[in-house]
Amino acid sequence: MTPPATTALGAHPAAPTRERPPASVYGPMAWMRANLFNGIFSSLVTIALGVAIFYALVGIVEWGVINAVWSVPTTATGALDPTTCRAARGVGACWAAIGDKWRFMLFGRFPYAQQWRPGICILLFIGLFYVSSDRRFWRKEIAAIWAVTLVMIFSLMWGGFLGLTFVPQDEWGGLVITLILSTFGLALAFPLSVLVALGRRSTKLPAVKMLCVIYVELIRGVPLVAVLFMANVMMPLFMPEGINLDKLLRAQVAFILFAAAYLAEVVRGGLMALPRGQAEAADALGLAYWQKTTKILLPQALRLVIPPLVNTFIGFFKDTSLVLTIGILDLLTSSKTAMADPIWQGVATEIYIVVGLIYFVFCYTMSSYSRGVERKLNLAHNR
Amino acid sequence: MSGSTTDPRLANARAAPKKGVSISWADPLFRSIVWQVLIVGLVVAVLWYLIGNTRRNLELRHIATGLGFLSSTAGIPIAETLIPYDPATSTWGRAVMEGILNTFKVAVVGIVLSTILGTIIGIGRLSKNWLVSKVTGCYVETLRDLPLLLQLLFWYGILQALPAPRASIKMFGVVFLNNRGMRLPLLVWQDAHWWTLLAFVVGLFGTIAWNRSANKTRDETGIKPKIWPAAVGLMIGLPVLVWGALGAPFAIDYPGLRGFNFTGGGVITPEYFALLLGLTLYTAAYVAEIVRSGIQAVPKGQWEAAGALGLRPAAVLKQIVLPQAMRVIIPPMTSQFLNLTKNSSLAVAIGFQDIVSITGTMLNQTGQAIEGVGIMMAVFLAFSLSISLFMNWYNARIALVER
Repeated sequence: MTPPATTALGAHPAAPTRERPPASVYGPMAWMRANLFNGIFSSLVTIALGVAIFYALVGIVEWGVINAVWSVPTTATGALDPTTCRAARGVGACWAAIGDKWRFMLFGRFPYAQQWRPGICILLFIGLFYVSSDRRFWRKEIAAIWAVTLVMIFSLMWGGFLGLTFVPQDEWGGLVITLILSTFGLALAFPLSVLVALGRRSTKLPAVKMLCVIYVELIRGVPLVAVLFMANVMMPLFMPEGINLDKLLRAQVAFILFAAAYLAEVVRGGLMALPRGQAEAADALGLAYWQKTTKILLPQALRLVIPPLVNTFIGFFKDTSLVLTIGILDLLTSSKTAMADPIWQGVATEIYIVVGLIYFVFCYTMSSYSRGVERKLNLAHNR
Repeated sequence: MSGSTTDPRLANARAAPKKGVSISWADPLFRSIVWQVLIVGLVVAVLWYLIGNTRRNLELRHIATGLGFLSSTAGIPIAETLIPYDPATSTWGRAVMEGILNTFKVAVVGIVLSTILGTIIGIGRLSKNWLVSKVTGCYVETLRDLPLLLQLLFWYGILQALPAPRASIKMFGVVFLNNRGMRLPLLVWQDAHWWTLLAFVVGLFGTIAWNRSANKTRDETGIKPKIWPAAVGLMIGLPVLVWGALGAPFAIDYPGLRGFNFTGGGVITPEYFALLLGLTLYTAAYVAEIVRSGIQAVPKGQWEAAGALGLRPAAVLKQIVLPQAMRVIIPPMTSQFLNLTKNSSLAVAIGFQDIVSITGTMLNQTGQAIEGVGIMMAVFLAFSLSISLFMNWYNARIALVER
């Protein structure tokens, strides 16, 4: 507070002795006082929460690490012997079950020897997401990258060429199905949603606007489970005799129609947020409707809505798990199927935790990305 | 600028010349008509094609269309019923009604609980206490990044892993928790209780009326008469009087172990409990974020100005901040309530018989796929519309009155 004492004028000044601030305003003790024990009520809450967290952590470490069973011996017949796991029930986790089942959880019923193929597909998907998230790749070539990668993924999954055995689609399963449903769903739903949003905003085509409003409101009014039900039981009725779409394709169509309605609302929000002057200026320049839309309005509107778009993507990534209700083997369903193995009877929590971790990693990455973009947008805005 | 002219003689001359549609691609009106006819025609053609296919398929499978099947006997057991239901005699119509009521039961309780929990967590995230804000932050991040279905299955798995009825976990001596649900003591409902309830409702409206007149007095004289004596008298005193006058009947049905299972008392099934728990915890994470951003949307100056006026912290929150935050909070909250209602359809995965589960069974057993899906969609559209209408009314009530 007080200025440091200086020596007489002209003399070489001694190194200023900076007084340390008192411990009551600086340092860990002061920090704790301000942030943890600021008043009686706050202190009580801190202590109660601290004790609860301590016991929870101790419990988790005991269950998940100290008392956990990491592997089980093999019996003479070659089967796994889960007695140690059963003995530890209730006090320790049985991670051995994960060690036995992880490939079924990730790849479903895909032929065991061929499971490197869906493995590569998962890596391709992750690479595709990574590339798409980078601003440097936001140009026309990205569409080609997507097309090539998706073709590669499907040829790897189906096989039937270059010595790869053909794997019918009903043997696919696990994380790959989750990624296919969500990625394809969004890749196809997004263009549709832009068209619907433009249709809903159009002033010159009232009949088209009406159609778009009905579509969006109808889909948004009903739960995804109902739409999946519809795809499962009604779509076969819609098709002409003899044509039978397989289950995954029906679910995929339902997903696209469902996601497009929600994305359309997000895109419409972006279009509405643009200042009127942009459209007017484009009109004044004599641009035609599609020139105005694709060159002026959409690039700005879509950039504005990246964070809500990513949030919608996260929602749909999580919602792919609902295909459980119509019996498609996605990540969650195949894990649930893995749980039904009589050897690992009663091992549910461990498998749910691992599945939860996989979902969490994907969703958390996306949400931190969206927050980063939001921050950048805000920075650009507030400059 | 040309619009500012008021000379009546000029108005006619300035009006655009009226012309009809010319059959030319250069005419915007003509183009828009052509496009609309094309697009609507395409949609109608696709629908026509699908409907034609459907009719042919239905004929092939000998399924009669129409809602007549609703009056035939259902024959499916329903575990949780709010209105009397007997699988041997009750109709599909009644089964659907049970489904609607079960969905309603989950949705209403879930909305109330998640709003309360979400508000607490949202305020916790803004707390000055570092530990509280970190813990609530972790809660929100974790629960939002896990699929709801996974959470429901997780909770259901935990509830099923509880001990069998004979080894129930006993809480407070009267509540029993086991793998068949939670058994609670229940008041034996008698006619006198209906009258007591009626007295309470009358008292509630009386209190509201008293509050209005007290506000009026305050506006006129500057002093607000006390509310609480009237509230206590009307909402507690009156029902107690009515109850006493009718002989004060009071009996509690305690749950007890008979053989291998419990009888008596009320029961919360594991399916309902897991669904409610999962929906509440999941939606509360979203509600918390909405509440937090709503409170943060109120400028800091509002807090400071209110403090400078000498208002107490509680009064600042109640009189200044919340009314302003509510305007930001209500619209996204509406969509969360709608989401919760729609998400309650995940009940089908854990075997709670809501409307989706019952219509699903119905369309499997009767083959009436179109009618079944139609009923399902109609019910959810009705739910969505009524929640939106209510929230819009509430929003209009609290909206800032602009000039």
